[in-house]
Amino acid sequence: MNYNVNEKGYYGDFGGAYIPEMLYPNVEELRQNYIKVMQEPEFQKEFNELLKEYVGRPTPLYFAKRFSEKYGVKIYLKREDLCHTGAHKVNNTIGQILMAKRLGKTRIIAETGAGQHGVATATVCALMGLECIVYMGAVDIKRQAPNVARMKMLGATVVSAESGSKTLKDATNEAIRDWINNPTDTHYIIGSVVGPHPYPDMVARFQSVISAEVKKQLLEKEGRENPDYVVACVGGGSNAAGIYYHYLDNPEVGIIAVEAAGKGIHSGESAATSALGKEGIIHGSKTLLMQTADGQITEPYSISAGLDYPGVGPMHANLFRSGRGEFISVTDADAMKAGLDLSKLEGIIPAIETSHALAIFNDRKFKKDDIIVINLSGRGDKDLNTYIEYFDLA
Amino acid sequence: MNRINKRLQEDKELLSIYFTAGYPDLEDTVPVLEELVKSGVDMIEIGLPFSDPLADGPTIQQSSTAALKNGMTTAKLFDQIKDIRKTVDIPLIVMGYFNPMLQYGVEAFCAKCAEIGIDGLIMPDLPLAEYQEHYQSIFEKYDLKMVFLITPQTTDERIRQIDDATNSFIYMVSSASTTGKTSGFGNVQTDYFKRIAALSLKNPQIVGFGIKDEDTFKAATATAKGAIIGSAFIKSLTENGISGIADFIKSIRP
Ligand SMILES: Cc1ncc(COP(=O)(O)O)c(C=O)c1O
Repeated sequence: MNYNVNEKGYYGDFGGAYIPEMLYPNVEELRQNYIKVMQEPEFQKEFNELLKEYVGRPTPLYFAKRFSEKYGVKIYLKREDLCHTGAHKVNNTIGQILMAKRLGKTRIIAETGAGQHGVATATVCALMGLECIVYMGAVDIKRQAPNVARMKMLGATVVSAESGSKTLKDATNEAIRDWINNPTDTHYIIGSVVGPHPYPDMVARFQSVISAEVKKQLLEKEGRENPDYVVACVGGGSNAAGIYYHYLDNPEVGIIAVEAAGKGIHSGESAATSALGKEGIIHGSKTLLMQTADGQITEPYSISAGLDYPGVGPMHANLFRSGRGEFISVTDADAMKAGLDLSKLEGIIPAIETSHALAIFNDRKFKKDDIIVINLSGRGDKDLNTYIEYFDLA
Repeated sequence: MNRINKRLQEDKELLSIYFTAGYPDLEDTVPVLEELVKSGVDMIEIGLPFSDPLADGPTIQQSSTAALKNGMTTAKLFDQIKDIRKTVDIPLIVMGYFNPMLQYGVEAFCAKCAEIGIDGLIMPDLPLAEYQEHYQSIFEKYDLKMVFLITPQTTDERIRQIDDATNSFIYMVSSASTTGKTSGFGNVQTDYFKRIAALSLKNPQIVGFGIKDEDTFKAATATAKGAIIGSAFIKSLTENGISGIADFIKSIRP
């Protein structure tokens, strides 16, 4: 089985480019060029240099001794939280800004939920001196004030998305509408492995540096390239795609995807797309998404703003349907507790998104010698207010 | 012959109106339709509201949101218009996004449209390649004309592909924009209209997006077969209600 994208832009039944004709020239330009550009030695050199000198890669693969002891397994943490700007998102924005420059684009747009991708985009735009407009739901602008301030400091314009439910999916709609209205000079930096082909594949390729590094690092530490499992939280699925990428077609390595159950899968306030979603179209991609019986897209809920996306990338929809991936959902309460645990046991405060991936060990049992690599996708600084309120830490 | 094709053969400039079903009130769908026909429009696009209308500007976003809040659904629309052919005989097109159709079932949706007497479909986010590979045969089985969009950015080569795949008219989006956005037509539009006219396509073209008054209607129909008005009509409907429809249509085509 091949779990990567095929030449038509599909992962099994999922993917494609369901876009209005107004977007066709832009998306087609990208489709025809992205692999060619990424394979240019000059592009590779610039990308790798920036990842090393600016982002701080390779990020450590850290053996979490005390956290491992607690659960009786061997847990390694891939420290994406140590990337510049505090999450894996920047791997993608570095790649896409270089792509945009190669395509002659001068204006950059992006969507953001929690603000991490917005900050990562504003950062690379500052680095390259390009105009940057970030769409963010009006509700999220209020919830994530520090990241709004960071984007502004970096020179970006933050535009409030006032349509629909005023959160991530609406910010994405607004970014797409902006692209329709600015068809020649603008590149849209999507923040996850979502959207029309070739975005899911392009973003996965930029994030694949994560599992490329894990292979080398694990070989040094354990004498083997393959862990028993790779684990990641899934919002749209970019940090997950990054840590799965080089293991996708290797059945020796188990793939575990952790979704946000919110207040419980059947509480009506959840973002567990694989459990609650049905096949449909969102933001130009055929995938699993949360919707009404009538095909209207519904608003998900999670305590973590980075996981409350009503869809999931087509790669992950296919991992779910084919059974290649094991999908687990974790509630707000269990995630928050795991975040506090890791802080106390390892001195690492994780992003709440990441905390979901750390919370699987109470219910999911592993063999004693299993080697498990968790993608520690981001640090918790942006979430301090939520942690403070939740645990009454003030 | 399909009503759209018949109308396209008539020797006149066609005025087509888009409206959102279930707006302003849930049960306004049929009254709006009937009033439009009485006012003399040549074709109607019945908008099936969607939660995330990517190609639409604020006006149609708002009418869609309001219609959904009113309780509009695909099944509800089909129920409202089930007897529409008893009173209305002009071409009717359903315009919406692909996801609600997918959930209803593409074949079931087409069968229902045929049963009611719908003549065509416009699904902006169902692209040519996907349509041809998966759905064309179903649409054709029910004699539903699929209408594709082109824009000033669409290459001649792609326009020819779209022309080949079409058997009704081509929806010419007047400028690179979401609906309801442009402020009049400039040189870009004039050049674009001329470029398309010079291609001598087999299908006639109808211009949409940014048509809002007599001037823009005339500019569009100088080279194209007709024009479609959406946002400007919704605005008028919001302000003046159903009783204002006749005056609005007169203001476009006195
Ligand atoms: C730290 C962190 N992890 C995970 C995510 C979820 O995104 P994805 O599933 O694309 O990795 C986000 C999104 O904002 C994030 O900030």
